[in-house]
Parts: sequence; structure tokens; C-alpha cells
Amino acid sequence: MVEIIFGYFAITILIISLLVVTSRNPVHSVLWMLLLFFHVAGIYLLLNAEFLAATQIIVYAGAILVLFLFTIMLLDLREEMQIQRFTRGWPAGLLISTGVLIVLITGLKGFKTTFVGQWDIKEIEEATHTKALGKVLFTEYLLPFEIASLVLLIAILGAVVLAKKKLKT
Amino acid sequence: MNIFEYSIFEYFLKPGSFDVLVNIIIILVKIAIVLGVVMFHVAYATYFERKTIGRMQVRMGPMEVGPHGLLQPIADMLKLFFKEDIIPEKADKTIFYIAPIVSLMAAMSSLAVIPFYKDFAVANINIGLLFILAMSSLGSYGIILSGWSSDSKYAFLGGLRSSAQVLSYEIAMALSLVGVMMMAGSLNMNEIVKAQAEYPTGLYLIPQIIGFFVFVVAALAETNRTPFDLPEAESELVAGYFVEYSGMRFALFYVAEYVGMIIMGCLAATCYFGGWTIPWYIIKILPFLKYVPGVVWFTLKVYFVVFCYYWIRATVPRYRYDQLMSIGWKLLIPLALANIAITGIIKVMVK
Repeated sequence: MVEIIFGYFAITILIISLLVVTSRNPVHSVLWMLLLFFHVAGIYLLLNAEFLAATQIIVYAGAILVLFLFTIMLLDLREEMQIQRFTRGWPAGLLISTGVLIVLITGLKGFKTTFVGQWDIKEIEEATHTKALGKVLFTEYLLPFEIASLVLLIAILGAVVLAKKKLKT
Repeated sequence: MNIFEYSIFEYFLKPGSFDVLVNIIIILVKIAIVLGVVMFHVAYATYFERKTIGRMQVRMGPMEVGPHGLLQPIADMLKLFFKEDIIPEKADKTIFYIAPIVSLMAAMSSLAVIPFYKDFAVANINIGLLFILAMSSLGSYGIILSGWSSDSKYAFLGGLRSSAQVLSYEIAMALSLVGVMMMAGSLNMNEIVKAQAEYPTGLYLIPQIIGFFVFVVAALAETNRTPFDLPEAESELVAGYFVEYSGMRFALFYVAEYVGMIIMGCLAATCYFGGWTIPWYIIKILPFLKYVPGVVWFTLKVYFVVFCYYWIRATVPRYRYDQLMSIGWKLLIPLALANIAITGIIKVMVK
């Protein structure tokens, strides 16, 4: 049963991601992407990662994608839809992506299940996923977590500085 | 083990259980009850709103249909149902069709996790509060898409305004609820109510008063109600994002707005007013009150919040757009962050 549900999610994610890149209308692309995010959240749920599933929807679907939509709506779509969908270099892109695919498939053999850590599924279920994630994130992985937030802060500052410069001139 | 403890998925995956079918039926019945009750409330919320605002403006409100205008919502519904459905010629048809449905779906799905009384929720999931936040953030899609797809300047401007507004106030609302999460130590709505009942004051309203203030203002902005109803400001944008909609599709937006309002009422009732419980000291003074079923308290609290919505609408004029943004970013978010810090410090010190 798990395999069937996983299969559904995996296949749908593939189909939807193809639709995202091939739709002529950018707004339709964004909508397909919204559906994609929901399916990714579904996969997180299958992994018992309910907190990640919720944040996936809140952050990606609720905030980032809305900003995408915001920007795309300001484009002149009538002009945009006349432009060729694929650039001239697409055979090169195809070649590279096929190469990556082959590397990934050969790499699959190297996968094996390793030892079960302190937080196996049963433990996470007992502590609830949110608590387990918080505990690990704020004790064991505190430094990487802080570094990630610093990187985000720098990005925000950069955006503010760029916007301010334009205001002055 | 409680069958609704974890995600629905995980539950269905339990091998070889005949109970699955029974439980699907139970869930379906629960959904039917919740939807039925909420839709009834939505219909009469419009009537209640018109009556309340009428009285506040020294008018009678609807009086014609039925005694005291009691059948007015049904008449409105019939009118909207039989109205002609007009679609603008240059509209993006598919998106025009799905926008109101997205709006309604986002509003309705939040109902699934709300505990109306002890352990009665369609899905008692561990991330209840996050689920509601996720769904309320999806509500902006309906508005943006309807604004964009109708190919009209007014609708488009309304959609743009709304997307910026909902994005900014979503942060304040999520941060204001973090205080509650910290005090309850859980994201599960049932657990939050139970933790509140055990708390000395019986409700989180008193220790979380800053958070509650931020929550109320952000909830007004999230549901696009006055004084933050800029996406549909009728004096500037005719009707805002749904200006091109008519008939049933317009009604769907209307219902979504009222469902959103009721959700915010439920959220305030669960997170700040103690859900289906009442504080122990009230029971001590008036012991007979403990025989009142919890769902009555819950609905009364929701009615109170919804009444406050109307009260504010009748009292406060609309804000300017830059004022709206500066309230969100410069006042509410710092306040909510301060609330988190204070809550955290006090929690550690008390421990």
C-alpha cells in the first residue's frame, strides 16, 4: 500500500514538473508548481515528517510561490506567449541532463540502509515530529542552523541595499 | 491508540484492518456535520452582520423577508443561484473557473482540524495549528488568480494589493500564535485547549494579551475585512478582485470570506479563549455551569469574535495602503517577536 501511494506521488510529481516547464502561459506554470508542492508535501507525510509537510506548504506554496505569481502577473503575458519556449541550446541541455540521469542511476546501486540512529520512526512518532526536529536542530545542528539563518540575513540585507541605491538616484 | 492521532495516510496504511471502512464512514459523517453546521452559520452570519451594522447605524437592517427578515439569507441565496453567470471575453477561462473554488477550498479545509468540543475534530492531527496557517496562506491564491484572470484593471489591482497584504500579515499571525504554541508545548489543537484548561488563568488571553492583539489585527487583514479591506475597497476599486464575477461564482467568494471569518473566530476561541472549556474559577463560583456542553461555550466564543468583526467594521474607517503595510511590518511583527521573547524568558524562569 505504501508503495502504491509513493508510486502515485512520484509519477505525478514527474508529470507535473514536466507540465511546469512546458506550459506556454507562465501563470499556468506557477499553478502546476503549486500542485507539485502539494505532492511533495504528501511525500513528506509518507515519511512521517508532518512538520516538514506543513512548512513546505506555508513557506513554498504560501509565500515564495505567491511572490512568483506576483512578479509574473506584472509581465506582459501577450508578448511573453509569443516567445519561443525553448532556447536554441536545448540539445546541449538534453545531453547534460541525460548524463546526470545516467550518473544518478549508476549511483543508485551504492544506496544501502545504514544503522538506525537515535531517532527512529517509533521514537519520532512518540515525541511528535515537530518536537524531534526542534530538539535535533537546536542542539546537535545548532551551528549549521545559525549559519543558514546568517546566509538568509545577508540575502535580505543585500536586497535592501540594492533597493535603497535605486531610490536615491 | 486514537485513530486520528497521526496523518490520515498513515492510518490507511495499517494492513488488513476492516475498521478502515468504518472509519472512513465516521470521517464522512463528521465532515457532513461540520460542513452543514458551518454553512448554516455562514448563511446567518450575513444576516447577523446586516442586523448588527444596521443597529449600530440606527437602522433596522433587513426586515422584509420573513419575521424580522429572518429568511433574508435564503432569498439572497436563491437570487445568487439563479443569476446569469457572466464571463469576460478575454478572461483566462480555466483560471477564472477555478479561482473561486481554490478560495473556498482553502477556507473550508481549515475546518478539518478545529476541535469543536472534546476530541471532536474531523482530523485530530499533531500539526493542527500549522495546517490552519498553511491553508489560510493558500487563500490568497484564489484572490490573486481571480484578479489576474478576469482581465480587468480593478480586479487586477485588488489581486495585487491582496497578495502583498496577505503575505505580510501572515508572518505577524504565525508569530503571534508561536506564543500560544510555546505555552501549550504542542501544535495539536486539542492539546492546546487541554493545556489551557490546566493553566492557572484558564485561558491564554491574559498571559498572551500582546499575542492576542497582534492575532486579532492580523486576522482582520488576512480575511480582508474592514479596516483592512483594501483588496475590495469599493470607493477605489469598485469591488476589487471579484468585480467581474457574478451569480454562483461570486457567491463562492462570499462564502469563502465568511468561512474564513468563522475559522479565525474558531482559532481565537481555541488558542486564546480556552476552546470548549471555561476557566475553573467560573465553575467554582457558578457550579451549575459545568453541565453546559462544551460545544455551547465554543460557539458562544466564536459568535463573540465574529460580533467583534462586525463591531470593528461599523466603527473604524479604512486604512491607507502604506499605513496598512507599516502597521504590519513596523508594529505587529516587532510586537509578536517581543511576545515570543517574553514568553520564552518567563517560561524558562518559571521552570
